[in-house]
Amino acid sequence: MDQLVFDPSKVMAIDHTRRTEYLGALLAYRTGLRTLKEVAYTPSLPDRGYNNRSLYVNVDTLEVTEKPVTQQMKDVFIGGRGFGLYHLWNAVQPTTKWNDPENEIIISPGPVCGITQYAGTGKSLVVTLSPQTEIPIDSNVGGFFGPLLKFSGFDALELQGKSTKDVILFIDGVKGLIRIDEAPEGPVDSHVLGELLTHLYAENDADLPNVSVVSTGAAAEHSLIGMLNFSFYDRRRGCVRFKQAGRGGIGTVFRDKRIRAVVCRGPKVAGDLNHPADPETIARTGIKYHKEIREQDPHQCMMRRNGTAHIVEIMNAYDLLPVHNFQFGSHPDTHKIDSSYWQQRCTQTTVDGCWYGCSMACAKGADGVVLKTGPYQGHMVTVDGPEYENAAGLGSNCGVFDPDYLLELNFYCDTYGICTITYGTLTAFIMECYQRGILNKERTGGLELTWGNAEADLEMMHQMARGTGFGKVAGLGVKKMKAHFIAQGWGDPQLINDIGMENKGLEYSQYMSKESLAQQGGYALTNKGPQHDEAWLIFMDMVNKQLPTFEAKAEALYYFPLFRTWFGLNGFCKLPWNDVVPADNSSQPEPQKVPEHVQNYVDLFTATTGIKITKEDLIMQSARVYNFQRVFNIRMGKGLRLHDAAPYRSLGPVTREEYESRTERYDKQLLDELGIDPAGKSTEEKMALHRTWRTDRFSQLMDSVYTRRGWTLDGVPTLERLRELGLDAFPEVVAVVKQFI
Amino acid sequence: MGVIVVNEEPLGWHEGMTVRDILRAKNYRFPMLIIHVNGLLIAKPDYGTTTVPDSAIVQVIHLISGG
Repeated sequence: MDQLVFDPSKVMAIDHTRRTEYLGALLAYRTGLRTLKEVAYTPSLPDRGYNNRSLYVNVDTLEVTEKPVTQQMKDVFIGGRGFGLYHLWNAVQPTTKWNDPENEIIISPGPVCGITQYAGTGKSLVVTLSPQTEIPIDSNVGGFFGPLLKFSGFDALELQGKSTKDVILFIDGVKGLIRIDEAPEGPVDSHVLGELLTHLYAENDADLPNVSVVSTGAAAEHSLIGMLNFSFYDRRRGCVRFKQAGRGGIGTVFRDKRIRAVVCRGPKVAGDLNHPADPETIARTGIKYHKEIREQDPHQCMMRRNGTAHIVEIMNAYDLLPVHNFQFGSHPDTHKIDSSYWQQRCTQTTVDGCWYGCSMACAKGADGVVLKTGPYQGHMVTVDGPEYENAAGLGSNCGVFDPDYLLELNFYCDTYGICTITYGTLTAFIMECYQRGILNKERTGGLELTWGNAEADLEMMHQMARGTGFGKVAGLGVKKMKAHFIAQGWGDPQLINDIGMENKGLEYSQYMSKESLAQQGGYALTNKGPQHDEAWLIFMDMVNKQLPTFEAKAEALYYFPLFRTWFGLNGFCKLPWNDVVPADNSSQPEPQKVPEHVQNYVDLFTATTGIKITKEDLIMQSARVYNFQRVFNIRMGKGLRLHDAAPYRSLGPVTREEYESRTERYDKQLLDELGIDPAGKSTEEKMALHRTWRTDRFSQLMDSVYTRRGWTLDGVPTLERLRELGLDAFPEVVAVVKQFI
Repeated sequence: MGVIVVNEEPLGWHEGMTVRDILRAKNYRFPMLIIHVNGLLIAKPDYGTTTVPDSAIVQVIHLISGG
């Protein structure tokens, strides 16, 4: 249990200002731009967190329009994800597909976003119809774009239509102009494009931090798993860095619309640009929190040193680190990719935050990485992270324990516009299919996708970016690969379905849920698919044994998804909530909720907007949006109980090796939970007993959760629940539900 | 040898067993824990010096983290 100690003498001596330069193409790029449309507007700053208008841009018709943000929008949808879902609902029909022109990408920062006095306040939410799930996806992303958009005068940006040529949308919040430029031939990968466009649209060097670029990369053009990079200018390193709106293929939609980039140039950031109602309370709350970080973080998660990668070794110790496609929960080589290594490899002499004022500063960076493969072979680059999800997904889940290859995989995912979580899980699935003979060298076009073969893994990624070979198949994602393999007759359909870790079409993120029923629900009973940002209940359930009944699990699966939804309505990062806690948190009632921090959020919302709320109101704000999103899913032909089904690998042991890796645990469960003596039974017999028991338990959990959420047993919000939430004011919402009541 | 209960699971007890010994035995490495021994909250600086009696009920609450 001894905590990692930071030893500065072990940190690698790497010059964090050195990297390959890409500005040679700047002049050609500048002269190659052709303006298609330019519109003047009046910039504004928010008042009490809102500008009260959003920006609509159609990249086909070149329509540029301001839309009012109404009081009803603010009351019901708050901002961020809520505004994104509201605009998307109005833009699409039940028949709309992800690649129809009507589909929109909405970026909205939320009312509290952009304050600089509290940690984790630079987030914006991106919403679109997902190519993977065919329902709304939402992704919470850092970087400077969201706050700069807001300080340029808009509470949301709607992008609609499909251009016939590559375009760049430029919003200049200083000069008050919106321009659509036809992009010249040139780079599409983010680490080059972001650098170029930041310098292109900045007025001078001092202006570089006031420019943020949203872009993706080559793989987004050839796969369904493209993500968006949101840039921020790192003054100390002197380069552009990125945070990612990763999940669900938003980058794919972006490139399908032929958008090369969206660039916002805002005013120089200052602490009062959000014009909050009560700046003193915000300042006081922020000072208290910064003191807590300074005093507690070195003894708790060490986020400032290690970022989210600090949990690699923790997950390994608790048998929760995904290894070999979620078969196992730990591996003897994990020490090669845990935070004891990243602490030495990531630069520790600079403060790493993805928005001003974030004292948690967990956006780590590995500098001086010289690439071994691909189109940028030999280039020296800075790799953001690796975050926990990248180390686990690209690393242990695929059996890759070489940290240099892991950094290269991370880098290429980022610059190609590939979601690292999705890529990790789909590659792990492919590698297990290879292990079990479902795939072979002939079927992969020569790629030997065995566990830990990072070179083959990278080649598959380069193929995905080129749109060639087996990489193109991989870019379909797990759900469509499963159907493809089964259609080809390449293996036992049940096995393929059991081990393909997706739900609703989205790949699982990187935690083992097999031994935590609550987390099985935390993944599968989500609105957008199995991402851990709704609920992470494994410790409460599996380790602490705090959720002994279905009702207790259901209560947790009511509260935490709603509490965490709220971050995305307002522009917050989740990490400052519970990756550090006050010194006296242990003596507080319900310490797992971190009550002092909940009160901080209540205070920050009230102090920003002037609207007094309580912690109960906070949950109600989320519940309106959460239930609206569930109804939206139903409107799109999904969102019912059958769509919440989970792959069996997430519920229990699929294979003999999995069972026998935990025989003692599983045999004990047979005896204690089912009253069956395992003695004399074969592994296959015991696995069958477990399957029946675990599947039935999951079904009972669904009943309990749906009931607690105010839904029917088919997963549909009841009319009574809609009335409680005030959603009956929207006849279209009621009409969707009435079809199922 | 006696037995204590840690998070509802039995664990062998020995004379002089400390809270830190329990964490090592269970491989509880997470840094943000709340520990009660027979209902009494144990402060983090006292993990190495607080001895646990035989038959104790120990609760080691891991706060939610991750993601």
